[in-house]
Amino acid sequence: MVEPLLDIRGLKTWFKTDDGMVRAVDGVDLHIDRGETLGVVGESGCGKTVTARSVLKLIDMPPGRFEAGQILWQGRDLIPLSMDEMDKIRAKEIAIIFQEPMTSLNPVYTVGDQIAEVIALHQKLSRKQAIAGAAEMLRLVNIPNPERRVHDYPHQFSGGMRQRVMIAMALSCQPKLLIADEPTTALDVTIQAQILELMQEMKERFGMAIMLITHAMGVVAETCQRVTVMYAGNVVEEASVEALFGDPRHPYTQGLIRSIPRVDRSAEKKQRLEAIAGTVPNLLEPPPGCRFAARCKFAMDVCTQGLPPLKEVGPGHYVRCVL
Amino acid sequence: MSAPVASQAAATTPETAKPLLSVRDLRKHFAIRGGILSRVVDKVHAVDGVSFDIKAGETLGVVGESGCGKSTTGRCILRLIEPSSGEVWFQGADVMKMDHNALQAMRRDMQIIFQDPYASLNPRLTIGAIIGEALIIHKLVKSRQEMEDRVVQLLETVGLRPDHMRRFPHEFSGGQRQRIGIARALAVEPKLLICDEPVSALDVSIQAQVINLLEDLQEQFGLTYLFIAHDLSVVEHISTRIAVMYLGRVVEIAPAAELYDTPIHPYSEALLSAVPIPDPTVKRKRIMLEGDVPNPIRPPSGCHFHTRCPIARPDCSQRSPVLEEKRPGHWAACHYRD
Ligand SMILES: Nc1ncnc2c1ncn2[C@@H]1O[C@H](COP(=O)(O)OP(=O)(O)OP(=O)(O)O)[C@@H](O)[C@H]1O
Ligand SMILES: Nc1ncnc2c1ncn2[C@@H]1O[C@H](COP(=O)(O)OP(=O)(O)OP(=O)(O)O)[C@@H](O)[C@H]1O
Ligand code: SF4
Ligand code: SF4
Ligand SMILES: [Mg+2]
Ligand SMILES: [Mg+2]
Repeated sequence: MVEPLLDIRGLKTWFKTDDGMVRAVDGVDLHIDRGETLGVVGESGCGKTVTARSVLKLIDMPPGRFEAGQILWQGRDLIPLSMDEMDKIRAKEIAIIFQEPMTSLNPVYTVGDQIAEVIALHQKLSRKQAIAGAAEMLRLVNIPNPERRVHDYPHQFSGGMRQRVMIAMALSCQPKLLIADEPTTALDVTIQAQILELMQEMKERFGMAIMLITHAMGVVAETCQRVTVMYAGNVVEEASVEALFGDPRHPYTQGLIRSIPRVDRSAEKKQRLEAIAGTVPNLLEPPPGCRFAARCKFAMDVCTQGLPPLKEVGPGHYVRCVL
Repeated sequence: MSAPVASQAAATTPETAKPLLSVRDLRKHFAIRGGILSRVVDKVHAVDGVSFDIKAGETLGVVGESGCGKSTTGRCILRLIEPSSGEVWFQGADVMKMDHNALQAMRRDMQIIFQDPYASLNPRLTIGAIIGEALIIHKLVKSRQEMEDRVVQLLETVGLRPDHMRRFPHEFSGGQRQRIGIARALAVEPKLLICDEPVSALDVSIQAQVINLLEDLQEQFGLTYLFIAHDLSVVEHISTRIAVMYLGRVVEIAPAAELYDTPIHPYSEALLSAVPIPDPTVKRKRIMLEGDVPNPIRPPSGCHFHTRCPIARPDCSQRSPVLEEKRPGHWAACHYRD
């Protein structure tokens, strides 16, 4: 078997709070192969962002800590690496686009300066050349008037434009893996279509792999090869995109797919959406068994006795459920 | 260049019912400063002559390109930013003429839920204090106990737990924070809720809960919504009517189902075709819009859409189309589509 580009094994990232330990990521296994796009979906608060930030060790410690597991990057565990070694990986190998573009752009520097800084990590360039490079990146992500807009500050851009600035910055380091945490959430669909196409193009040009964290199941259906579904700090299902949409096995995944409003099904118009009742369990004291049990309509006694293992139900299709 | 205010005003007002909110030729130009003297070198026509009505109890959805002025429109209506010109009428009162006190009182009836749940919650306040603040400002509770009871009730209404009251915003995920924003808006029992991308940051099962919640609240309290979102499936699901905006202007307004079944404007058509369908076996023909996103500082002449329009003709760059009623209740601004 070929070694995956990224292989996360049994990762636990916990946070110490006044109320106790929050088990944000509590035993996550996922892998990404070279050049593939993996979709990561799951309930709000299930640990997707913490997983993504863990890969780059962008977790404040304390209050956070790695409780267990390995993050194998091309076979090498990142967890024991020093800050200097991590900086090199962050600058050249793994890039991340965050969910909240405003808080990850520095409000006191122009966007041109911020992109130029990333470009300067790779090439020896004068400031003027780096700024010109930054303008080129802005043009690539379809910001109108890039030569002028490099001199603007983040607050002068609309929400969607800020996210395109973030993508320009991430692509500036030509990474092997792009972790995109909700990259198109704030964008309207024609720009989303362009950006997904742009990411696809970059992926092909540089052989870049993508870990795409998103709520948009439509985007997953159209762009990903495989999907990992998370729930309350665990992976509950992993499958090819066809199997996930065509034959979802975990009751949570099934609910997720039925709660999507569908423009393409006009006969069902104005029907109430099928929301999954209840809320996610408290990650301070996760229930002993299946973490979805309190919301699951198929729950049985056995479900609460121990965490069901991930079992293979088809080629490359894994489910954490006793059914 | 300006929108056909008078004719459009008459026609966008439904026959009988008096609208809860009327917006007329609303404009907002932001100054762009540059050079060492920070002179005003240009301006962005963020909102460029927008008019619409919302009837009590209905939901007007607003969709459109990133940066087309949806949030600015929402904020101008509440006068969180001052419009450059235009009129806003709410419950028969002229919002533009209100003084500070009148505006504060009006804002009890008109609340907003923001696009960015990260920036809109004060990080130093507990959730209880964030939700309770409005109750105190508007003197809706008499004692601390009463406030806590009301906060607990609101948290439960939006699907959060009572013990969340004592926690701080950074301890919550994006979806949880958005529900806190809804609870805060609902605290003062508003009539009109401006929802600026309220479910964009949420995953779909929670999104469905929030949409169902907004629908239930609408039924229960007769709420009216101005619902801004980029997810057309969500807008389609929740809206009575939908306004499509492009570069500061409304290019089409129609009943939701009609817009989806038979869009008139080429931009609406492209927008609809770009909606990702959550089914990997469905492969649709997509109208990919060519060309750069136009610069709102110097929007294209004539029809703002002509630089990207697949059916544009030479005179589209000369003449600005006006919003016309092409079919009953279905308005569009295009010279060559009927
Ligand atoms: N610094 C922290 N202190 C305490 N708890 C935290 C901290 N950071 C994150 N958490 C908790 O960890 C859990 C996982 O958070 P994370 O941000 O990874 O969720 P997510 O899956 O990205 O959700 P969303 O889809 O809403 O972005 C949440 O329950 C959150 O409250
Ligand atoms: N304070 C400001 N100063 C200068 N320009 C601004 C300011 N606020 C907004 N703009 C500009 O006004 C236009 C409209 O912005 P607005 O935020 O209303 O768009 P939007 O439709 O809400 O976009 P999105 O879907 O990205 O949220 C954009 O071109 C934006 O750059
Ligand atoms: S293990 Fe039990 S509770 Fe969990 S998803 Fe399966 S059936 Fe439902
Ligand atoms: S007026 Fe012309 S450019 Fe504008 S939408 Fe119609 S055909 Fe296209
Ligand atoms: Mg997240
Ligand atoms: Mg906006």
